Amino acid sequence: MATISEIEKEIVEEFEFFDEWSEKYQYIIELGQKLPPLDDKYKTEENKIKGCQSNVWLNSYEKDGRIFFEADSDSTFVKGEIALLFRALSRQAAEEIVKTDLGFIDKIGLRQHIAVTRANGLASMIKQMKLYAVGLMQKNNTALE
Amino acid sequence: MNITESTLVKFVSDFDIQKVRKDLPILSEKVYGKSLIYFDNAATSQKPQVVIDALAKYYSEYNANIHRGVHYLSGKATQAYDETRSLVHRFIGSSSEREIIFTRGTTESINLVASSWGRKNISVDDEIIITAMEHHSNIVPWQILCEEKKAKLKFIPMNENGELLLDEFEKLISPKTKIVSIVHTSNSLGTINPVKEIIRIVRASSPLLRRGVGGEALVLVDAAQAMAHEKINVQELDCDFLAFSGHKMLGPTGVGVLYGKLSLLEDMPPYQGGGEMIDSVTFEKTTYAEVPAKFEAGTPNIADVIAFGAALDYWNTLDRKAIAEYEHELMMYASEKLKAVIRVRLIGTAKEKSSVVSFVIDGLNALDVGMYLDTLGVAVRTGHHCTEPVMDFYKIPGTIRASFLYYNTKEEIDVMIDGVKKAISLLKK
Repeated sequence: MATISEIEKEIVEEFEFFDEWSEKYQYIIELGQKLPPLDDKYKTEENKIKGCQSNVWLNSYEKDGRIFFEADSDSTFVKGEIALLFRALSRQAAEEIVKTDLGFIDKIGLRQHIAVTRANGLASMIKQMKLYAVGLMQKNNTALE
Repeated sequence: MNITESTLVKFVSDFDIQKVRKDLPILSEKVYGKSLIYFDNAATSQKPQVVIDALAKYYSEYNANIHRGVHYLSGKATQAYDETRSLVHRFIGSSSEREIIFTRGTTESINLVASSWGRKNISVDDEIIITAMEHHSNIVPWQILCEEKKAKLKFIPMNENGELLLDEFEKLISPKTKIVSIVHTSNSLGTINPVKEIIRIVRASSPLLRRGVGGEALVLVDAAQAMAHEKINVQELDCDFLAFSGHKMLGPTGVGVLYGKLSLLEDMPPYQGGGEMIDSVTFEKTTYAEVPAKFEAGTPNIADVIAFGAALDYWNTLDRKAIAEYEHELMMYASEKLKAVIRVRLIGTAKEKSSVVSFVIDGLNALDVGMYLDTLGVAVRTGHHCTEPVMDFYKIPGTIRASFLYYNTKEEIDVMIDGVKKAISLLKK
């Protein structure tokens, strides 16, 4: 299993193939269209992350010491961003998720577009993913004590 | 009006679009290597070179604080600042320069009235009427006031086209109505409201109201979206307050205007305390300066007010009637073209419309479409446009909005329409 920073490096290298923002946009849309669907039972108010222009539903769970994420959004572009995030963060250990600064977002030139849409729920989503990891670490520590 | 190629060509020849475009340097900018197509004018307009120059000239040649300086620069800056007030006065036909208060923008202008006039004049059970299509800036200040004073906020409903129901308005107005605060032109729908008729209704009901417990109801007009598209004369309109922003009408950001009838402004308590707004201060008591200084506490936004003056001078060189006709053509052209695209639905189809087209595409997220158009260099706005009640009315999360100003062209609209079609095929795989 590759580490988060290895996956980030991969993503950055992939994006280096694109010269134009329109190509990046189309690629992210394709990723969004391929994001595995989220079961409707997880589309609850509790799982909803409200953005200014799009909503995200995020479900997180733990299996064999690793964290898994699944999500849906009403925006295909946001789903594409989610796909990139999941590629880096899903199946990782809680400690690794908490530590990462997700520098690839800047490196692939997405930060500007996230800012444009007032963080379209993505920034809050990263926060939620990290919070889940923190919560899990605390739970595990308590269990050890 | 039927849109035909020939009417548009005629307009272009009447109104020299290529000449005016040269006045705005940003219009020749490239984004992502493509020509910028700026259709976000309802959010903020672009600036002519003369406005940019006025700003730079102030800072490079006569930057100084105004009104109390004894030196040359202060005198020159004061004169330029006061000249803008005089220009605004003439531009909107107020009866006196003293009726013009400089604010940060429409939002602050409305907040000033809600806070100063409102706190003094609104009490328990009084009623404030707004419309169903207000921008949040003409909802929230009144909600804050109503909450504080235990007053009621009511709204004039609208129909599916986005037109106000005036019959319903007549039923809403009562002796408890203290102020009617209405948007002149809707930013999300483009509807131009019958403001004159609304004011007539308010005035006509006043004799009746006076016999009741209340006094005369006042009318505030939010003209943020109107000023760049039509000439407004406050005395002809007979509104009590008019609020607008400089940046939506070729001026710099950070300057707005509150017009108020002098007798009302004189009767209102100050909005903020500080320098500039006082007559004399002791620790025991402060007496306030006369209107308008009473409402302009602290060092004002001197540079931007002066540059706003340059924008008004520029407006005065343009043929407003030709512009209005041309913009109407642009709006009609875009509407017709969009209607022809399958799955596109226009939101806001009022008979009287400004140069705004808001639309949704069935099954597609507005943000995704807006971002696609951005890749083509087309700047539109997506979302609820700070009018969430309007979106709730249409049961949609948001729209894609293209808002035109006189410097836009039919060819630019063609690029957008083509982009919309491509976005549909790309996003609906």
